Amino acid sequence: MRSAEEKILLSHGNGGKMMHQLIGNLFLKHFASEALSEQTDAAILAAVTQEIAFTTDSFVIDPLFFPGGNIGKLAVCGTVNDLAVSGADPMYLSVSFIIEEGFPMKDLEVIVVSLAEEARKAGVSIVTGDTKVVNKGKCDKLFINTAGVGSVRPGNRYVSKAKGIQPGDLILINGSIGDHGMAVMSVRESFNFRSPVVSDCASLNHLIKEILDQSQGVKFMRDPTRGGVATVLNELAGKTKLGIEIDETALPMSKGVTAMCELLGFDPLHIANEGKVLIVAAEEEAGRILEIMKKNPLGSCGAIIGRVVDDHPGKVVLKAETGGKRIIDTLTGDPLPRIC
Amino acid sequence: MKYIDEYRKKDLILAVAEELKRVSTKDITLMEVCGGHTMAIHRFGLHALLPPTVRLLSGPGCPVCVSSQHFLDTAIAYAKIQGVIITTYGDLIRVPGSVSSLEKEKANGHDIRIVYSVLDAVEMAKVNPGRKVVFLGIGFETTAPATAAAIVEAKKADLPNFFVLSAHKVMPPVMKALVEDGVRLDGFIAPGHVSAITGTSIYNDLASVCRLGVVIAGFEPLDLMLSVLMLVKQFESGTPKVEIQYQRVVHQEGNRIAQDLLNRVFELKDDRWRGLGVIPGSGLKIGREFEAFDAEKHFDVNVPEPSDPKGCICGLILRGMKTPADCKLFAGACTPADPVGACMVSGEGTCATYYKYRS
Repeated sequence: MRSAEEKILLSHGNGGKMMHQLIGNLFLKHFASEALSEQTDAAILAAVTQEIAFTTDSFVIDPLFFPGGNIGKLAVCGTVNDLAVSGADPMYLSVSFIIEEGFPMKDLEVIVVSLAEEARKAGVSIVTGDTKVVNKGKCDKLFINTAGVGSVRPGNRYVSKAKGIQPGDLILINGSIGDHGMAVMSVRESFNFRSPVVSDCASLNHLIKEILDQSQGVKFMRDPTRGGVATVLNELAGKTKLGIEIDETALPMSKGVTAMCELLGFDPLHIANEGKVLIVAAEEEAGRILEIMKKNPLGSCGAIIGRVVDDHPGKVVLKAETGGKRIIDTLTGDPLPRIC
Repeated sequence: MKYIDEYRKKDLILAVAEELKRVSTKDITLMEVCGGHTMAIHRFGLHALLPPTVRLLSGPGCPVCVSSQHFLDTAIAYAKIQGVIITTYGDLIRVPGSVSSLEKEKANGHDIRIVYSVLDAVEMAKVNPGRKVVFLGIGFETTAPATAAAIVEAKKADLPNFFVLSAHKVMPPVMKALVEDGVRLDGFIAPGHVSAITGTSIYNDLASVCRLGVVIAGFEPLDLMLSVLMLVKQFESGTPKVEIQYQRVVHQEGNRIAQDLLNRVFELKDDRWRGLGVIPGSGLKIGREFEAFDAEKHFDVNVPEPSDPKGCICGLILRGMKTPADCKLFAGACTPADPVGACMVSGEGTCATYYKYRS
């Protein structure tokens, strides 16, 4: 373990001896991939025969540590999930760190370890990376960027494009909504209450593979991160020019998230998730997809939450638990900045 | 969750809806004064459960909507003073003043922070003795006692660097002003949390003089449906009065401790309401005993009186005399992402609600 006092200095990012020590003692040690250990300027990777999916995401979450994870774990899950919901098997990641001078080395190691662990769990290799250190006050503690490459499953290349969706199709989710946003909110420094809510932050590629391997019925997938379930469904309604109807009583939600949303006046449908996938499936396949989902721990609380309809084209309507109906709009403004 | 689940039971709500259909024979227009009620009515889709005889109007009880441009311009002027930290509830951050908003000024590098409690602002003043911390006090009798408590706490701690810019308002004068203005109404759904503090007597005049029913309502769907039913029954029988639906929280005499605190710290003043103009005795200013904490007394800024945005008819919409469809700016120059008038500013405003439901 590192001493509590050891800090990141500007020299850790200047290309000299200290930077090489940092790379060797921390990044290479934990990331342990063949391509990375070559220390070439670019990773040289084996050719893939399928089409590739390529994505990038930057992580600026505040605070860096939250119940259920930290920025390192999140940086893997976020990019892995973007590939997986595009119908790709994630293969390679790049990881870049922008670190504020004075950042505790101990914290950096904890973050790097969980980043490496999550990559191992997801079965992706970290093949290239970069480290920059900026002057104190020029960035807030630590930012991470990851980019990812995956090979597209030939049968699922349209799964992110919302084609072939028709009235009667059902909408599924693999578990409770709003956990990530509310977990982060509960540990914001200005926010002084204890909450049992834990972020759902998880890599979904194995769950999604199990579903796609066993069912041809998936027509669309998306991970409802910033803007929440409401935003994804509104995009979908807009793209397909069809209506979407959600059943409030079917929405899985933890008591903690319900309570926090009531207290703070948030709509859980607008709150971010980091381990959830929304799936639109043909009606006759939805039951089977739900069964497959429920066998995986990441889908054990999965549910069918609504359907695609002819009515109210372009709009998402919630059938409230009280029997009334209301339109669910896309989020305007940002109730919780910097949640990922 | 206790106190929530039992008030959202579908069968009970539908039973009240049935009863409403049975007893409501004459057209009735009710105003829900509070933004929290407007939001709950839309959130739970209650319009769809009401009989066609019942019409609900949204009133001027969203503190974000009615905070004047002058108030925001003043807050922005303070934010630009060296060493000042502006603290505010998050709702105000995007609300436009006459040329800017707190959100835009934050991006310009001024120190503007969101707090969840006014006591966080007091704490901030304690740990930043070299800075001046200004809290933007908005809200009705519901949030004003907390601001009063914070001011008392600041005095106890002898804090020289904590200030409040008060736009706190009281409910009854604006309700009366609407009626005197000729808004056609048959009754009010009154905010339960206001009466939790003030008690019920603040509405006696409305019932006895103006002959309007007032039901003090809770915020869950069953509360609201029951309140509408109570008002319809009063209307059908021609017996307007003040009744409490929200009995689990509201008592006739209210919360004496909070009332004493309000009376000790604040005085009534004539106050500006966005879209409605100046209403006599409708606002709360910090009284003499605590004037050291009054930002308006401490800071010397010259903020010109802004003119109402051209073409905006929010004043008429807030009075229930026009609908957003009558406004030339609606959905063009004025949208939730870039609001011009009061009713578009908050998600609970009438225009914002219409915008959401436009076809």
